[in-house]
Amino acid sequence: MMDTYGIMRAFADSWFLIAMFAFFVGAALFAFRPGSNKVHKDIANIPFRHEDKPAGDRD
Amino acid sequence: MWDYLKLAIYGLIAVMAAIAASYARDIAYQIHAILVVLIAAGLFVFSLRRVGEEKVIETGYMDGPVRVGVALTAFWGAVGFLVGTFIAFQLAFPSLNFGWAEGYLNFGRLRPLHTSAVIFAFGGTALITSSFYVVQRTSGARLWGGNLAWFVFWGYQIVILLAATGYLLGATQSKEYAEPEWYTDLWLTIVWVAYLLVFMGTLMKRKEPHIYVANWFYLSFIITIAMLHVVNNLAMPVSIFGSKSVQLFAGVQDAMTQWWYGHNAVGFFLTAGFLGMMYYFVPKQAERPVFSYKLSIIHFWALIFLYIWAGPHHLHYTALPDWASTLGMVFSVVLWMPSWGGMINGLMTLSGAWDKLRTDPVIRMMVVSIGFYGMSTFEGPMMSIRAVNSLSHYTDWTIGHVHSGALGWNGMITFGMLYFLVPKLWNRAGLYSLKLVSWHFWLATIGIVLYAASMWVTGIMEGLMWREVDAQGFLVNSFADTVAAKFPMYVVRGMGGVLFLTGALIMCYNLWMTVKRSPAAESAHDAQTAPAE
Repeated sequence: MMDTYGIMRAFADSWFLIAMFAFFVGAALFAFRPGSNKVHKDIANIPFRHEDKPAGDRD
Repeated sequence: MWDYLKLAIYGLIAVMAAIAASYARDIAYQIHAILVVLIAAGLFVFSLRRVGEEKVIETGYMDGPVRVGVALTAFWGAVGFLVGTFIAFQLAFPSLNFGWAEGYLNFGRLRPLHTSAVIFAFGGTALITSSFYVVQRTSGARLWGGNLAWFVFWGYQIVILLAATGYLLGATQSKEYAEPEWYTDLWLTIVWVAYLLVFMGTLMKRKEPHIYVANWFYLSFIITIAMLHVVNNLAMPVSIFGSKSVQLFAGVQDAMTQWWYGHNAVGFFLTAGFLGMMYYFVPKQAERPVFSYKLSIIHFWALIFLYIWAGPHHLHYTALPDWASTLGMVFSVVLWMPSWGGMINGLMTLSGAWDKLRTDPVIRMMVVSIGFYGMSTFEGPMMSIRAVNSLSHYTDWTIGHVHSGALGWNGMITFGMLYFLVPKLWNRAGLYSLKLVSWHFWLATIGIVLYAASMWVTGIMEGLMWREVDAQGFLVNSFADTVAAKFPMYVVRGMGGVLFLTGALIMCYNLWMTVKRSPAAESAHDAQTAPAE
């Protein structure tokens, strides 16, 4: 029991910590990838489309 | 086929609940079982009358649950604020703990009723309602799962009913913000899984290629709350016919699990979920897209990665190991950054449209709400520092902090959302009265200021009184001394509550009159929905 705790604790303190940190930094850097400005501008305007009915619905 | 299966299920539930009611070992369980009988029997009759009805394929957005949700959010808000104001006066004037209602309406029973009513009934209904509205609009798709959305909606209201009646009758597992007993917890788990399905299903059939950031926040709220709820409520019922249960964790592990839950309930229920609201309704009301979409992405991931570690700051100077409480403290302080990033993002959405603050009281409400978000996310990290916490913990400063967040941030953004949604949902040209919105705005704001200021004063005062020692090292003040010294501030706090409650009642009236009296908007086809720019 104690050994399982020790192994998991060592793993959590090292590799998993690095993995989480890398994911976070990666996600932040990915937001600044080249060409993201155009994509983000498009996404930011989503709330101003489809206000009254679903996309593709005929009325 | 499904019709008959449904009837069988309702009938079976009603019969089993009736049996449970007769074997019940305590009054709370018995009354809950009777409530379940009534609900199941009512649904049985309701379904029976509709057997064999033509099923129409519904198109358009599913706004039924959103409409009911808007009304219930306003209702639960008024109830929660009323109970809160009453217990505030109970603290100032103990004789309001009436002898004839002892064991039902005394402070100890009403306090969880208040916290659950405002957080889970008012806030939770607001979150479910707004998430149903936002996910449809930002996905360009109708809610997935048909009537499953109604199940989620009413299922959640049943949780509220069982929790609220349970507190008054003494069914509680004594975990702050997780008081409901085992069967209510199990039911909430079922409802929450259905909620996740509806939300994910709608996202999966979205017509937009990208998932708008508000939905990321809503989704993180749904998933994290599921995880927190299940782990913190691991308990063994003493009897299947009784409401009492025993926690699986004990001692410091139980305490740590509780505050891991408790703080992330703040982080993911009251913050992430409401940020989802902010990222949709503030741009909509300001009629311009969010200030920086990049910042919103970083806001999201930073919040997710940091919040989950902050819980131990509730357990400074306890049996919790030092490293754990230091970890909680450090992450709480770091959390200040993404919080303020989000606040800046919300406020700067108005850049170029600041003039709206003069003319539109609804956007004013939203801006003040974001301001309180910034203020309480600065105050929180500061209070989590161990040295500050040694003064602030167990005092009313904590209560003041919670309320500047809950009344200021959660309350105001929800009011803004209600003012935005009601004309839209009932197809009205506008609100009944902007003047009344202004009244609501000022009453609520002044109410919060009275509340927070009196709690700062009284909290710091009692913290200092508790630690005051004389030359021989003896404590100077007894606990009762601090209670007596707090009386004026308790009255001021109660007055703040009265103002906030009055504002909410004005809002209920205004929304009601909007539906009843406001002229209809020109038909949906003519309404311009061109993208802003």
